[in-house]
Amino acid sequence: MSREKKENINIQKEPLSRRGFFNKLWIGLGTLAGIEVLGISLNFLLSSSKMGKNDLASFIVAGKVDDFKPNSVTPFRSGKFYLSRLNDGGFLAMSLTCTHLGCSVGWNKLENTFICPCHSSSFEINGDVTNQPAPRALDLLPVIIENEIVKVNPNEKTKRQSFSSSQLTYHVV
Amino acid sequence: MKKELKKNNIFKRFKDSIYTRSINPKKERDRIQVVFQSLALHLHPTMIPEKALKFSVTWGLGGMAALLILLQALTGILLRFVYQPFPGKAYDSIIYLKNNILFGDLIRNFHHWSGTFLVLIVFLHLLRVYFTGAYHDKRQFNWVLGVFLLLFVIFSNFTGYLLPWDQLAFWAITVSTSMLFYVPLIGDTLVEMVRGGSEIGEATLLIFYNFHTSILPLLLLAVMGFHFWRVRKAGGVVFPKSESDTENKLVTTLPHLIFREFVVALILIAVILLFSIFFDAPLLEKANPAFSPNPAKAPWYFEGLQELMLHFHPLFAAIIIPTFITLFLISLPYLKYDSKVTGIWFLSDKGKQTSKISAFVGLIITPSLIIMDEYFFDFSLILESIPPVISNGLFPFTLLLLLQTGYYKYIKIKYTTNKAETIQAMFVLNLIIFLVLTLTSILFRGEGMALTLPWN
Ligand code: HEM
Ligand code: HEM
Ligand code: FES
Repeated sequence: MSREKKENINIQKEPLSRRGFFNKLWIGLGTLAGIEVLGISLNFLLSSSKMGKNDLASFIVAGKVDDFKPNSVTPFRSGKFYLSRLNDGGFLAMSLTCTHLGCSVGWNKLENTFICPCHSSSFEINGDVTNQPAPRALDLLPVIIENEIVKVNPNEKTKRQSFSSSQLTYHVV
Repeated sequence: MKKELKKNNIFKRFKDSIYTRSINPKKERDRIQVVFQSLALHLHPTMIPEKALKFSVTWGLGGMAALLILLQALTGILLRFVYQPFPGKAYDSIIYLKNNILFGDLIRNFHHWSGTFLVLIVFLHLLRVYFTGAYHDKRQFNWVLGVFLLLFVIFSNFTGYLLPWDQLAFWAITVSTSMLFYVPLIGDTLVEMVRGGSEIGEATLLIFYNFHTSILPLLLLAVMGFHFWRVRKAGGVVFPKSESDTENKLVTTLPHLIFREFVVALILIAVILLFSIFFDAPLLEKANPAFSPNPAKAPWYFEGLQELMLHFHPLFAAIIIPTFITLFLISLPYLKYDSKVTGIWFLSDKGKQTSKISAFVGLIITPSLIIMDEYFFDFSLILESIPPVISNGLFPFTLLLLLQTGYYKYIKIKYTTNKAETIQAMFVLNLIIFLVLTLTSILFRGEGMALTLPWN
């Protein structure tokens, strides 16, 4: 026991003794091999995120401008968004995914609010938070109006803190 | 003549090459040999103190947990023959299992209930170990291994939850994985990693399936082996030792311990079977990514966490507080104690008294705080100009820490407790808080997560 200790001390004193060198080499190579294995495993784990990606950056048709009355909300379940038309006629497309923890918010016509069933966050017709815990307004989706037709791109979410009128799209005649 | 024939019988020789002894021999020395020579039984010592046999020393909880994990592996392997880990097929494969396979429903229910009991029993085992002070000295690291086992068991349950791909599964996993968004800096990357993409989909299912049916079971088995070995190395379980040698009498493990374990195992299996016969594992409609059910509740062991989510900013409710709790649990054996009492429930009479007081305080304070936060107080409204991370997170969290520190000082001074007793009082307080949160969420949260009565 004590002899071993002495040897250890000797090794420390002359850093380039043959044994010390090989020890370090082993540790170095071992670490390298460990990192390689870890890297390869992580790459396997992460590869699946590339597999299922849908990169369709395409707009879908929501309907004619006149189909949407001012101060109304229309759900598009398959695209997972809501199309709001505010009192002044401006359009706003919002993801139905709650910004708190990702449940689908529902539109409550009577109370004129979006309500999340999971932790009871609520949002105004323009997506602003009226009741926490949700930390920010509902995510925006781009809207364009072409030839009286409203189109929304459901795949391009933009985060925002709160509503501002610059987010609205108007139908200019 | 006949005897000779028997000796040369090839079947007999084959059997003897595997195992020669009788299973429960008459002589004590032979019984010791049976345990020593058997692969399965030699996890046990050959002789154990008679006192350690008393049921109330361990309540048999560790053994039950081990049994349940084996049963999970067996029923899980059966389920794997039918289950198909693809979003389009998973739900239908479970329906097929339920309707078309002999005892398919029973096996699924068994896997479900055994998983539920497992979480409960492992948690009770942790309490048993803590309250008998079985985490000092040689047992320190085994406690840490135990905490990892607890985490693995919870994650096993959690990953299993997604597999049926029904509304319950889909939204519980959506909410739980979304919590990772709030990890500072790397949140988005973490969520992508866990889900295998930005949304829950086929990649998520594959990842969860792989963790559930291979990575976690392997981890569990490996760490369990280590855990058992450590129990042996620490010289067995804790119990109050007495001075005289005659009272610390040793008895043979076979039959005294083995038979007891056998009986406990049979009873546990019978109870789970009864549950599996009478109560079906839940299965809602097929997952629909556009509709969250109302209310959308987390799996029951996470409901305490979910209740916390209603009161704190997610950074605190989902990340900081759980991390705190885990670190607190891991560090428990390594705090500096002035006395190390082992084998005595709640340490001492004073320990019992302060534990009771803490339980009482927890029972009164937690519901009061929940009701106050629900109906009267809203920090985020009072402190409107401040970002919610602070008004709804840092601020109430600091307040809570201050209250706890105050309580620590109070107990210490008022009851002149030693360190172990004071820590124990804090442990009990937080345990009760956790239990009340969990029960509130399970029983008193209805539509929109508003407080209601269970029968409404
Ligand atoms: C500690 C161990 C385990 C726990 C706590 C556990 C827990 C669960 C839970 C809660 C479910 C959901 C069942 C439901 O209620 O619908 C589940 C499903 C499943 N588990 Fe496990 N499990 C464990 C081990 C295993 C193992 C070792 C395997 C296979 C090798 C396995 C295979 C499966 C399969 C295929 C399903 C899908 C079938 C279904 O959902 O009914 N499990 N598990
Ligand atoms: C899968 C989960 C677990 C299994 C299968 C398991 C199994 C066991 C078994 C069979 C024993 C022998 C005595 C007894 O039955 O109580 C034991 C003792 C012990 N366990 Fe666990 N355990 C698990 C989880 C835990 C957890 C969560 C903790 C604590 C955080 C823990 C800490 C300990 C300690 C410290 C001992 C030694 C107790 C003593 O010496 O009296 N274990 N465990
Ligand atoms: S997910 Fe909407 S409030 Fe929590």
